[in-house]
Amino acid sequence: MISKRIIPCLDVRDGKLTKGIKFKGNVDIGDPVEAAREYYEQGADEIVFYDITASSDKRDIMIDVVRRVAETIFIPFSVGGGIRNLEDMRKVIGAGAEKVSVNSAAVLEPDIITQGARAFGSQCVVLGMDVKKTAASKKTPSGYEIVIEGGRTFTGIDALWWAKEAERLGAGEICLNSIDADGVQDGYEINLTALISGNVRIPVIASGGAGKPEHLADVLTAGRADAALIASMVHYRTYTIREIKQYLSSQNIAMRMFW
Amino acid sequence: MIAIIEYNAGNITSVARALNSIGQDFIITNDTKMLDAASHAVFPGVGAAGEAMAYLKDKKLDTWLKHCFQSGKPILGICLGTQIILDRSEENDTECIGLVAGVTKRFPDNLTSAGRVLKIPHMGWNSVALKHHHPLFAGVPKEAEFYFVHSYYPSPADPSAVLGTTDYGMTFCSVLAVNNLVAVQFHPEKSGRPGLQILKNFCAWEGK
Repeated sequence: MISKRIIPCLDVRDGKLTKGIKFKGNVDIGDPVEAAREYYEQGADEIVFYDITASSDKRDIMIDVVRRVAETIFIPFSVGGGIRNLEDMRKVIGAGAEKVSVNSAAVLEPDIITQGARAFGSQCVVLGMDVKKTAASKKTPSGYEIVIEGGRTFTGIDALWWAKEAERLGAGEICLNSIDADGVQDGYEINLTALISGNVRIPVIASGGAGKPEHLADVLTAGRADAALIASMVHYRTYTIREIKQYLSSQNIAMRMFW
Repeated sequence: MIAIIEYNAGNITSVARALNSIGQDFIITNDTKMLDAASHAVFPGVGAAGEAMAYLKDKKLDTWLKHCFQSGKPILGICLGTQIILDRSEENDTECIGLVAGVTKRFPDNLTSAGRVLKIPHMGWNSVALKHHHPLFAGVPKEAEFYFVHSYYPSPADPSAVLGTTDYGMTFCSVLAVNNLVAVQFHPEKSGRPGLQILKNFCAWEGK
């Protein structure tokens, strides 16, 4: 049976990790390619890169990073952040990423999902959704609202509606990030994840809130997520990916344990 | 020399990178003369059956693959490359190459596991149960898993063509083997070390 995926997320700015990541011997690694190699060795099932490079003239640095990652690790990886159009997608996929994720741009211009799916196949197009809890209303009946531009801008769009709409437009997967849970390390937003995952037929990656292995167990069972994104809990060496997978496997959650 | 058959189907560069990483020389070509000169042929693919077949026919690569299969040259099909070696695909009801009798079918919409409806595509890591030993899997432990991304699966007419199966709410053929042909539904080039081992094994295989 298919295994649940554990996916470390790396934030990259100007070709460097935004925060040093601690590895063997507590060496601080700033190179995203080396970090990807480490997580590949530790048993990551996939890797997500977020490019938070601000200036557009430095964006080609990321393409070079993608190319070097593709020569180094032999598992799927995706790239998101600042993907605005088909040309951006083409560059990232051409450099060797398996998937590309679109977030704000898809909200502003939903056709980018369809264009991407047509050009590269649905399996290449991940919809990134940043979601905030809100009062259930006529506009947002699910009680969850889509926010964009890194959580600064409220859109008034209902999260459940948008997930279904993105699936209809051709997205192959959803990376669902709870802004409320993000960075707090107090557990994923289980209700939100179960709501979205239970109502679409494409895989859902839960994101935001992972602090300990039990959090992943919850979101992969009660939360019905197909995969779980992790960051701080592995970046600061609180846990290794192997330790997390061993725990989840002991909880009878299907994990890839040989690599 | 290993040849990767070049056509408009996605993952050719990832296969090339994987071969590079295991130190294997290769060429990427759609020229049948160069393909003839190669010792092994890798037939990859991501995308839709209809478009892939149109391109292959246009370049006469469908005919070349038939000759190649008869010649005894080792062939490795990957993902779409595996699906379109059968007679026909349910994807846009496409007539395919027909190296192996059978049909590529779409996963039914109502697959369930533990009471929950399964997602389509089947995307992620899954295991393969082998029916018997094959040189392609030499040194690959049975607990190894492989990366899959697909909504269609190969269904050969003759059960003896099935080398390996995978479970996803149903049991489907994930590895085909007939004579000098082996074809996998998963992506060895994206399946970590076990996947690279399979590529190494293929390059060393004489097709017997």
